Amino acid sequence: MLRLGAWALALLCALPLRAVLAEGTPQAPDTMEARVAGCASCHGARGEGTSNEYFPRLAGKPAGYLFNQLLAFHEGRRRYAPMNYLLAFLTPDYLRKMAEFYAEQRPPPQAITIPTAPPAALAHGRELVTNGAPDRGIPPCAACHGPVLTGMEPGIPGLVGLRSAYISAQLGAWRYGTRTAIAPDCMQIVASLLTEDDVSSVSAWLGSLPVPDNQSPLSAGTLTTPLACGSQPR
Amino acid sequence: MRSLARAWQGALLGLLLLASPSAPAQNAGADLIAKGEYLARAGDCVACHTAPGGQLFAGRRAMPTPFGTLYSSNITPDPETGIGKWSADDFYRMMHTGRSRDGGLLYPAMPFASYTKVTRADSDAIFAYLRSIPAVKLQNREHDLSFPYNNRSLILGWRTLFFQEGEYQPDPTQSDEWNRGAYLVQGLGHCSMCHTRINALGGSSESQAFEGGLIPMQNWYAPSLTSNREAGLGDWSIEEITDLLKTGISNRGAVYGPMAEVTYNSLQYLSDADTRAMAVYLKTLAPHDTSERPAPALSPSESSLLARLGRTVYDQQCASCHGTDGRGMPPHYPPLAGNQSIQMTSAVNAIRMVLNGGYPPATAGNPEPYGMPPFAQSLSDDEVAAVVSYIRVAWGNRGGPVSARQANELRSAPLE
Repeated sequence: MLRLGAWALALLCALPLRAVLAEGTPQAPDTMEARVAGCASCHGARGEGTSNEYFPRLAGKPAGYLFNQLLAFHEGRRRYAPMNYLLAFLTPDYLRKMAEFYAEQRPPPQAITIPTAPPAALAHGRELVTNGAPDRGIPPCAACHGPVLTGMEPGIPGLVGLRSAYISAQLGAWRYGTRTAIAPDCMQIVASLLTEDDVSSVSAWLGSLPVPDNQSPLSAGTLTTPLACGSQPR
Repeated sequence: MRSLARAWQGALLGLLLLASPSAPAQNAGADLIAKGEYLARAGDCVACHTAPGGQLFAGRRAMPTPFGTLYSSNITPDPETGIGKWSADDFYRMMHTGRSRDGGLLYPAMPFASYTKVTRADSDAIFAYLRSIPAVKLQNREHDLSFPYNNRSLILGWRTLFFQEGEYQPDPTQSDEWNRGAYLVQGLGHCSMCHTRINALGGSSESQAFEGGLIPMQNWYAPSLTSNREAGLGDWSIEEITDLLKTGISNRGAVYGPMAEVTYNSLQYLSDADTRAMAVYLKTLAPHDTSERPAPALSPSESSLLARLGRTVYDQQCASCHGTDGRGMPPHYPPLAGNQSIQMTSAVNAIRMVLNGGYPPATAGNPEPYGMPPFAQSLSDDEVAAVVSYIRVAWGNRGGPVSARQANELRSAPLE
C-alpha cells in the first residue's frame, strides 16, 4: 500500500512536470527523420539523393543491404573517411534502425541526368545490363538486381536512381579491391570481368534509367541468382 | 562484515550445488575479474590495444605521432606473443614505472605517467581480467619511428623531465568522493594525455596539467579543463557534467571528436557513483571565473561583411536545429549561445564540426543520437569562415573571427 501510494504520487508529480517541459523548452522531434538529419546533406532528407553525383540514393534499397553497408563503414571494412567517421561510435542496433528507415522511404525520384555517352556505349551498356556477356562469363545485372533493377530482399540493392559517376566509382572500387562484401564476394567476381569500356557503358546506361513507379525490391527468393553471394543467403 | 556475508553466501551455494565445493573460490575469482573488467573500461585500454576490426586486446593498432608510428602491444594471455608469462608483479611494475617485463622502457604513448597513480589492488584486478580473456597469438608489430626517436635511451631523458612515479595520494582536506574522482581522472582516465598541451618533446608538464592543447596528428583541440573559457566545468551543474560523461549529451553541449570515442568505449560504462565523483572533482578544477572576456579585435568593415554572410548561412543551414537565437533544443540540438566550446581562443573544433559534422556516441543513456551533417561539400571556405565567425560573436558570444584560410587548412585534417 505504501509502495502503491509512493508510485501514484510520483506519477502525479511527473505529469505536470512533463507538461511544463513540453511547453517550456522546444525538443528535437522524436523521429528517425530528425535523427538521420546528419545524413541529409549528402543523401537527401528521405534518402532521395542530392545533386552531387557521387552520393547514392538510399531510399527503397533493401534494409539488409543498407545495414551491411552501414556496418562495414562502422567497422572500417568499407572505406570512405566521412562515412567511417560519422558511424564510428554508433551501435549495430541503431544502424539497423537507420537502414530500416531508408528502406521504407518512397520519395519522388531526382531528375534524371541526360546521358552524354555516345549511343553505341549506351547500347552496349543496355546489352550488358539486360543480357550480360555469356561468352565472357558475365551475368546480366538484371539476373540478380531484378528485371526493373529495384533489387531483391534482403541483400541486393536497387540500381535505379543512382548516377553514372557513383556506379562507375563503385565498380572501379570492386575491381581494385577497395570495396568488398561478405565472401563469396560475387560483385568482386563480376567487376573483375569487366573492361574499362564495360564499366563506363554500364554506368552510363544505368544512370539514364528513370525510377519506376514501384520502387520496391523483389521479395527474397523471387530470382535464382547465377552466382553465390555472401550477402544474399540462398 | 562483508567477507562474513560472502562466506555465508559461499556456504549456501556449496550446499545447494553439492557437487561444486570450489564454487566460493571461483566466485572470488569472478568478482576480481569483473572488477578488473570495469577498471579496464575506466582505463579505456581497448581504445589503443584493439585494432579496428581486430581481435580484443590483440594490439597492433597504429598510433601516428609526430615522431613516427607506434603500434600497440598484444595484452591477451598468449604466452609467446601476449602477456601470458607475466606475473601480477610484472604487470604492476609496468603500470607503476613504465618498464616492461624485461625491464625495457615503454614509450610514453602508453599513459604510464597517469597509470602510475593506480593502486596495487586495482592493478591486480585489471591483470586478473586480462588473464581471463581469450588468448590471441599475434606477434607485436615493430614501431616505425624516425631517427633519432627510434633510440629508446631517449625515453630516459623524457622520463627525467616529465615522469613522476607514485600512486595517487588522497588529499585529506577533500571529501572521499572528490578523492575518488581525482583518482579516476588523474589515473586510469588518463585525461591529461589530451587535455594538457604536448610540447615539442612529446611531454606534458605537470604544472600545466589539464590546461588544454591541440592533439598532435588528429587536429582536434582538447580544451582546458581548468578554464571556464574552455571546457572548465566550474559553471556546470553536477547533473550536466554526469550527463555529458555518461550519455555523451547534456543541456550544455555534446561530446564530439576524440572525446566521443572516450565516452563510447569507457565513460558510459562507469557506475553512477564514479561518474558523479569525477564530476565533483572536475568541477573544482575550474574555479568560478568572473573576469570579463576581452572583446575580439576586428575592423568594423570586416566584421560587418563576415556577419552578413555568416548570418545568411546560419539562417539557411543551422537555425532549423540550433535556433535563430542560438539556444538549440537541448540536449539533442546543443545550444550555441554561451557554448564554451565555440568561444575558445582556438576555433579548430568549431570549424571542424561545420566541415565534418558528427554523431555523438550511441550510449546506453542515449542509444539513438541525433547527427549533425557535414558541410565540407556544400559550403565554400568563405562561407565556413563566415558562419563560424558569426556563431563565435552572435548572442553575446565572445570568440574571435576565423579566416577562410583556417577553414581551408582544416579540410585536409584526418577524420580518424
